[in-house]
Amino acid sequence: MNTDTEATISESIVQVDNVTLAYSDDVILRNINFTVKRGQIFVILGGSGCGKSTLMRHMIGLDQPVKGDIIIDGDNIVTAINEQRLKILQKIGVTFQSGALFGSMNILENVCLPLMEFTSLPKAAMRLIALSKLHLVGLHGVADYLPSQISGGMQKRAALARAMVLDPKILFLDEPSAGLDPITSAELDQLIINLAKSLEITFIIVSHELSSIYAIADEVIMLDETTKTITAQGKPQYLRDHSTNPKVREFLRAGVHGEPAH
Amino acid sequence: MTDQASSECSFSIEESTAEVVKIALFGHLTAKTTATVWQPCIDLQQQYNPQSLVVDASDVDYCDGAGIGLLVAMRNNQIQQQHEFTLFGLKPQLERLFNMISLLPEEPKAQLVPPVDVITETGKFSFDAWNYTKESLTFAGEFCYQIGQTILHPKQMRWRDLAFLLENVGPNAFLIVAVVGFFLGMVMAFQASIQMKQFGATIYVANLVGIALTRELGPLMSAIILTGRSASSFAAEIGTMKINQEVDSLRTMGLEPLPFLAMPRLLAAVLMAPVLNIFMILFGLLGGALVMKTLGYSLPIYLSQLESAITVSDIIGGMFKTIVFGLIIAMIGCMHGLRTQRGAQAVGLSTTAAVVSGIILIIIVDGVFSIVYYALGI
Ligand SMILES: Nc1ncnc2c1ncn2[C@@H]1O[C@H](COP(=O)(O)OP(=O)(O)OP(=O)(O)O)[C@@H](O)[C@H]1O
Ligand SMILES: [Mg+2]
Repeated sequence: MNTDTEATISESIVQVDNVTLAYSDDVILRNINFTVKRGQIFVILGGSGCGKSTLMRHMIGLDQPVKGDIIIDGDNIVTAINEQRLKILQKIGVTFQSGALFGSMNILENVCLPLMEFTSLPKAAMRLIALSKLHLVGLHGVADYLPSQISGGMQKRAALARAMVLDPKILFLDEPSAGLDPITSAELDQLIINLAKSLEITFIIVSHELSSIYAIADEVIMLDETTKTITAQGKPQYLRDHSTNPKVREFLRAGVHGEPAH
Repeated sequence: MTDQASSECSFSIEESTAEVVKIALFGHLTAKTTATVWQPCIDLQQQYNPQSLVVDASDVDYCDGAGIGLLVAMRNNQIQQQHEFTLFGLKPQLERLFNMISLLPEEPKAQLVPPVDVITETGKFSFDAWNYTKESLTFAGEFCYQIGQTILHPKQMRWRDLAFLLENVGPNAFLIVAVVGFFLGMVMAFQASIQMKQFGATIYVANLVGIALTRELGPLMSAIILTGRSASSFAAEIGTMKINQEVDSLRTMGLEPLPFLAMPRLLAAVLMAPVLNIFMILFGLLGGALVMKTLGYSLPIYLSQLESAITVSDIIGGMFKTIVFGLIIAMIGCMHGLRTQRGAQAVGLSTTAAVVSGIILIIIVDGVFSIVYYALGI
């Protein structure tokens, strides 16, 4: 399984090139380099507050890095403006840590929004597409509810449906399974694997759920708050057993065998 | 632990020189009881400032976070003076708790409590004010550019929200506008009539009410009401979307907040401000009519007096001003919404800032209009 995926995911789709990120004068991460290959499930790991969400915000063009380039499918999102930027944004879908559904629209309208703004499909078609995406993430019968009327985990899945509605090539998910029960979380993992392998969608995921990381990740990077850099990169199973950095091994072992980190 | 006597704490000084201070602690050191020994112990330590502080905790039965806190405080004082601290006799499980806190490094939190002095504060204030002005001007520039873009490409705007916004900005404000307008007209007419009576010129109350309302008070009061109702709600709505990451989410879909969120609000405010102004003027005149009635003038006389007093340029001048006010209100509301920082508190701050700066700006712009209109002879 691993060997044949390796062959299909050789082409790089996202490239983070010597990037330094800061909020005003606070440097969060320094000289970050990594490459994500097409169809890969790439997981960003690290302790709370180490800058995972920040890195993601920069990769999707919400914030400007102090330095460096971020290439998304051939275009640099750091320098892109107007049409070019829009072109990049249409290749990606994003879900945020908080779900970020539009509170004034119901779930169906939320999922339909990108279709309405960027396609001229008939209403019925939009509805069908939106409902099928909701079905895909396991949401049934909540189309007419407002975001505030469904649970946090459901909101996250609705946000994922919205992020997928235009069939983007790359999906950025910030802690998609936080707050989901183990079964739904496992289903979400399966969905991610299916989408990656069948549609060649690339996933860049921020996650803390070790069980899910082992289940889905082709490659992980681990960020460190004190050094402000990537401390480890590779397959999670490999890093867990062979990383030279004890911190990394500990992080990847914590919780999996039910034993506390020491 | 159930023993009443033991649920208290005390301390004794066994030795106190500049070299060594030795304190023994007894009993239950808990959040409730530690307060009685805390200050005396710290005072003692500061009074002697000993080379070595020894704390005997052999008779401490129990100790919670507060008790550990006292031990840590004494230890930290010693460390700060680069003096010694020795603790002994603490029960093993309590010792572990103490050591856990001991492991925490001393954080230099100095910059969190900035020194307050007039010069620094003045400098900081001016700097913030300058930044705010710069940001506001930048935003105003972007906003105007976006207006041009929207006129050129009306499809970019989100028309779907407009109906809802129009209703919220306009009809939902009719009641308050009507009430304010009516009483404004009435009070103005009443006060004027008292003065005019001395000259037997009460008929001119109609002129005063009519001109004041169309030129000044109608536009100004309706703009202030609009600021209070709509600039605040724009700031709160957009601010909440900002902290919920909805604005980020829009931007990653390629939908920029200015065309998507600000333009519909701008259009609603610009379209509805004149309507509210007309409402305000009509109800103001109605209030004036009531007073005129009690002064003995019939409605037709009042109306014909108004007709002779109010010129077309009064009305057009007032209306133009109102449209500019609508633009300012939408801009201020959206700007503060988008400036919202993180946290729920931030939305409240943005809303307040939108209303305050909106009202101030409107009054200033009104003054500018007065001068310009005067110079133009309108
Ligand atoms: N808008 C902001 N302005 C200033 N500092 C910020 C901002 N957003 C985040 N930070 C800071 O950047 C650091 C990294 O935050 P970030 O949200 O990226 O962490 P994270 O790794 O996603 O953590 P978590 O796992 O808890 O979500 C934190 O120290 C945070 O205080
Ligand atoms: Mg995060």
